[in-house]
Amino acid sequence: MSKHTLSVLVENTPGVLARVASLFMRRGFNIDSLAVGQTEIPEISRMTIVVNVDELPLEQVTKQLNKLVNVLKIVELEPSAAVERELMLIKVRADSQTRGQVLETVQLFRAKVVDVAVDAVTIEATGDPGKLSAMLRVLEPFGIREIAQSGRVAIGRGGRSITDRTLRTVPGGSSQTA
Amino acid sequence: MSEQITGAQSLVQALEHAGVEVVFGIPGGAILPAYDPLMDSEKIRHILVRHEQGAGHAAQGYAVASGRVGVCMATSGPGATNLVTAIADAYMDSVPIVAVTGQVTSRAIGTDAFQEADIRGITMPITKHSFLVTDPAEIPRAIAEAFHIASTGRPGPVLVDISKDALQATTSFAWPTELHLPGYRPTTKPHGKQVREAARLIAEAQRPVLYVGGGVVKANASTELKVLAEMTGIPVVTTLMARGAFPDSHPLHLGMPGMHGTVAAVGALQKSDLLISLGARFDDRVTGDLGSFAPEAKVIHADIDPAEISKNRVADVPIVGDAREVIADLVVALQAEFAEHPADYTAWQQQMQEVAHRYPLGYDDPEDGTMSPQRVIQRIGEIAGPDATYTAGVGQHQMWAANFIGHERPARWINSGGMGTMGFSVPAALGAQVARPGEVVWAIDGDGCFQMTNQELATCALEGIPIKVAVINNSSLGMVRQWQTLFYEGRYSNTDLQTGSDAARIPDFVKLADAYGCVGLRCESPDDLDDVIEKAMSINDVPVVIDFVVHRDAMVWPMVPAGLSNDLIQIARDMAPDFGDEEI
Repeated sequence: MSKHTLSVLVENTPGVLARVASLFMRRGFNIDSLAVGQTEIPEISRMTIVVNVDELPLEQVTKQLNKLVNVLKIVELEPSAAVERELMLIKVRADSQTRGQVLETVQLFRAKVVDVAVDAVTIEATGDPGKLSAMLRVLEPFGIREIAQSGRVAIGRGGRSITDRTLRTVPGGSSQTA
Repeated sequence: MSEQITGAQSLVQALEHAGVEVVFGIPGGAILPAYDPLMDSEKIRHILVRHEQGAGHAAQGYAVASGRVGVCMATSGPGATNLVTAIADAYMDSVPIVAVTGQVTSRAIGTDAFQEADIRGITMPITKHSFLVTDPAEIPRAIAEAFHIASTGRPGPVLVDISKDALQATTSFAWPTELHLPGYRPTTKPHGKQVREAARLIAEAQRPVLYVGGGVVKANASTELKVLAEMTGIPVVTTLMARGAFPDSHPLHLGMPGMHGTVAAVGALQKSDLLISLGARFDDRVTGDLGSFAPEAKVIHADIDPAEISKNRVADVPIVGDAREVIADLVVALQAEFAEHPADYTAWQQQMQEVAHRYPLGYDDPEDGTMSPQRVIQRIGEIAGPDATYTAGVGQHQMWAANFIGHERPARWINSGGMGTMGFSVPAALGAQVARPGEVVWAIDGDGCFQMTNQELATCALEGIPIKVAVINNSSLGMVRQWQTLFYEGRYSNTDLQTGSDAARIPDFVKLADAYGCVGLRCESPDDLDDVIEKAMSINDVPVVIDFVVHRDAMVWPMVPAGLSNDLIQIARDMAPDFGDEEI
């Protein structure tokens, strides 16, 4: 099995997340990570879904997703041709003795501190999954109190856009002509 | 400013605009506003059923028989959940129905209000699409889109759930002139390159088989199929959903493949070097153990649903498109291909016809003078003929009806294939009879199935829907009993229904028919068989129910035991056929 990042453009309508999630469940696929947000077109949302499957089941899940009426387009993003990011908020134990070392780590990973308390700091970090797990390893000895992590978002490199030509209209309002 | 009407009136107008002539349903609290204007509609006939499941199956029977979208209507909560089985059935068998359900008032949604069920959530995995409408202005668009989605591409069920306040509110009606469905673009026209590649594979093949599924019936492609088969001389098998898509009497037809298929049909797939799958989906009841299914065959897989292609068996040539267009294009491509590379499948065809001749479908009449269920079904088929419509429940009688009725015409055989829903036949026959008034509609049913939905006899009797119900009464859940005989050492746990002549006979089906205002007949001896069937055929103003009391131990053969290779097909208990494995 291998990890695949799917960018799924969906109509921004109620229930679409439930449809996608329920499809993954019904067809027996596990979602590693999921992020949903608006795109530059207000009627379109973008889901970035990371799944851990083999090639053939991936083709099947893509086809099944495509059958959902609210799904507009699915693109698999190759890691080499895409920028992938996750956001993590990390609350780390830091008192007057260790705060300096913690801040040094934050700088090394080009993260930033967004909240400071007497006994802890909260760090905001973005990056690819490799960078974030490396940072967690370094912070571990200080004592990690809490983590909040976003799903992965990804976008293809280069000037092309996957949202082009995704909204089209079907002519005709009557179907009972048989 | 356009005329102000209620959401309920808008719903009825929308259904009329969609061309609806018949709605099967039951009113209740949340859908009640819709039933008021429905009463005044001159275009729509509402048929009051006795259970919502009946409404759903009736809509299915109507849809298959008419080629239109079937419509069922129910109230919120239990009304809607009672539709679930029929919706699931329609999803599995790709039957175009629209289910309209009332929902509690929008403010109450999510509060566990009286008769509230999240029917859209419940049916999400078993509908092609669904709508929850809380704004009355959205009703016409939702209905228009629902009908479009249900009937195009791979057909299927669509649910439109409408809150009570949306039905009661004031709105104006506007039928959409165009549909905004940017994510819905079914492919019907096959790719020319793929079709030419398919033609090339066919010309190269020695032992091709046309593996025909329900998609051919839905695409109305029987004429094209006949042209293709006769032009090439390639043997044909028709799946349970495709019975009638190709005439049973045709010399190229080897019958039904699968768990209870003919030896020739199962054998042809197993020995084939090229499966030409048209609107079929490699269901496990056809393939048996997938790993050993048609081991030497390459696969051309044509289907309107891309997700079916290579789902169970990897296709060498995938073709996405409407079966009728695919076959028509394939005929043209083959003419060109054969001009350069003539192919001759005569030896293969003869080999399989020999197998068909050696192992015809058959059965033994019981020696104790009781009736064989197969003979009952066969005689109904012979007497009613190929123009009649046959529905079936699920189990032994269904397999016998699939095999022993001579299916000659498409869409005359209506059954629950994928879901295997017991109780399907009576309401489906009801719907089919409404679509085909004046024609003969037989519900071939079992004593188990019949007891699940026979309340719809009341609907039939009161609405003037004169279906004929053949209860193949073996006093048990026959197919389960057969498995208990074969795989559970004859331990008959909970399969005795006590409806036979030497049992409690509860219920008495003749009395039951009588109570429902139907003609009830009973037949217990092979000597009376034809007379009773003729009697039923002569009655065309009220429904007829015949209690055919049959031999209990009859089994469905041939059989491939579940999960095993099709190579292990048995023609009777512990009897394997000899395929005559001479090379050709």
